[in-house]
Amino acid sequence: MSPVLMQGDEACAEGAIAAGCTFFAGYPITPATEIAEHMARRLPQVGGVFIQMEDEIASIAAVIGAAVGGAKAMTATSGPGFSLMQENIGYAAMAEIPCVIVDVQRLGPSTGRPTSPSQGDVMQARWGTHGDHPIIALAPASVRETFDLTVAAFNFAERYRTPVILLMDEVIGHMREGVELPDPAAIERIERAETLVPPEWYKPYENLPSDVPPLIPFGQGYRYHITGLHHDERGYPTERLDEINPWLERIFRKIQRNLSDILLYEEDGVEGARTLVVAYGVVARAARHAVRMARQRGRKVGLLKLQTLWPFPEEVVEQAARSARRVIVPELNLGQLVLEVERVVGRERVRRVNRADGELIKPSDILAAMA
Amino acid sequence: MRPQRESRIHERYLRHTKKFPNIWCAGCGIGIVLGAIIRAVDALGLDKDEVAMVSGIGCTGRMPVYVDFNTLHTTHGRALAFATGLKLVRPEMKVIVVMGDGDALAIGGNHFIHAARRNIGLTTIVVNNATYGMTGGQYSPTTPLGAITSTTPYGHIEPPFQIAELARCAGAAFVARSTVYHVEELQEYMTRALQKEGFSLVEAISYCHTTIGRLNQWGTAPEMMRRLKDDSIPLSLAERMSPEERAGKIIRGILADRDDLTEYTRRYYEEVVQRARREMEWIVPKSVLPVRAVRE
Repeated sequence: MSPVLMQGDEACAEGAIAAGCTFFAGYPITPATEIAEHMARRLPQVGGVFIQMEDEIASIAAVIGAAVGGAKAMTATSGPGFSLMQENIGYAAMAEIPCVIVDVQRLGPSTGRPTSPSQGDVMQARWGTHGDHPIIALAPASVRETFDLTVAAFNFAERYRTPVILLMDEVIGHMREGVELPDPAAIERIERAETLVPPEWYKPYENLPSDVPPLIPFGQGYRYHITGLHHDERGYPTERLDEINPWLERIFRKIQRNLSDILLYEEDGVEGARTLVVAYGVVARAARHAVRMARQRGRKVGLLKLQTLWPFPEEVVEQAARSARRVIVPELNLGQLVLEVERVVGRERVRRVNRADGELIKPSDILAAMA
Repeated sequence: MRPQRESRIHERYLRHTKKFPNIWCAGCGIGIVLGAIIRAVDALGLDKDEVAMVSGIGCTGRMPVYVDFNTLHTTHGRALAFATGLKLVRPEMKVIVVMGDGDALAIGGNHFIHAARRNIGLTTIVVNNATYGMTGGQYSPTTPLGAITSTTPYGHIEPPFQIAELARCAGAAFVARSTVYHVEELQEYMTRALQKEGFSLVEAISYCHTTIGRLNQWGTAPEMMRRLKDDSIPLSLAERMSPEERAGKIIRGILADRDDLTEYTRRYYEEVVQRARREMEWIVPKSVLPVRAVRE
């Protein structure tokens, strides 16, 4: 396909459609509104559903309802709306409903500065909802990557029956770049798994060897129960520990045993690097520039660009930092993902570069941390 | 003699595995409401595979687990929003939404008025017990003025919402109210609500005797049931009464039954999708469109 000038938000919408998304429910919020606007025009064209709900809570609820009906479904919001969605994101994790939640991060807390970039929702993506649960969160650093990671988000959601969060930021969402989108036929699409068993044998939460029991959409003859209560293999509420514990172990195991598939990242010269920069999202762009400048000055600097933030790629970071005496973690917040990096490589090697005033981290800021 | 199909109805609609006894207190009216729903579904001959029951949180929220439909027990207040998503991707399904008064009118009040305004084809049943029963009897949006609850120990100072009137004003296509004493009337309204293509609401009054009833000395469960009979009047009678005479009465009847509205899902697929596809065909030749099958 020929290159087109495209905004990150548009690329997200197009990526969703390419992944097979047929349902979008959302509520206007800067800087994610363009995703909804693009979906409002595009989804009806492909026979899908766009609906603007009365708030963000209703949006995520409608998305989960549509997913239960068999659709690949998505919503998009920013920090304030993301906060409102948290309870139902937990519901999706609990009931194991595949869906994609896009958070185009803006400066917070509260209303903050709607058109300023931020990476302030990294921990919210991990722990925003109450209770222990696994989650997958991806962070793109370019318009093209937004398209690709949106497709990946849908595929992970379907493959692992889990909500997946796409953590964009204001710059990636609003920035326009010339991009060449992949041929739609070449895009890998994971579809909802089917079951071979008849309705009377079907258990929506069965402890199968795959750890991911198929979720059969409502209306196909498999009548069963879905609840946010702790439930047994059939989906019925339970307080029995011998039913709750295997379930709890399974929902973590289904993510943990598939890390090689889920962990997406790019390494650039980490082998033998004396300094390692770990970055994601818009900051990874400044980091790439800083690394290039440092190398021109003869420094052995590596870059680890994380695309999967959650589950945190512990071993990837550990390996990449093996030869590094210093690990620099620049973030558009006052230190969120760095806590994980410090946990893995130890605090003494880590140097933070932070900004949470709506301005970007410059390559020179990262260079200065290498000194 | 009762007809054969009535006598075996529980075997066909209640789940056989691992859920009984139910969680409701002896004397609770929620089971009566559930019975009325089941009989309405049965009378219409609906296919169980095509029926979904969606609920929120609370005593009424526990209703779906007992019935052999496609059942979805969601978060507090959000049942209508979940159901909206489900209905939009499964327009052929009958989606029944059951909620309590706190679920539907307090935490879920926003979704309630907007679902009614959209006129989306959801059959909504609100069991109005005038309190938060599951958490032990706090005041709800329908608790009567002056009532004692666990959070109004000195008396309630807020006026109650009129659920059915609110739904009618918000644009619902069908609105009716009855009580758990008037079982056959309740069932008739549910049957009509299920037949309505647009948003329908049936309010079933079923005051909680365990919490608010006990705190206000409204009597035992049977006594409170008798009060539903004595304190309620049909709409036709209420219309002939003065406001003073009507005060404190439960008005039973069909408050709205509109045929001038188009159901939302139908409208979406027949208007929005068709327009979008016509526009696409005009801009780009059909052969290059990645168009999926449209749900007609």
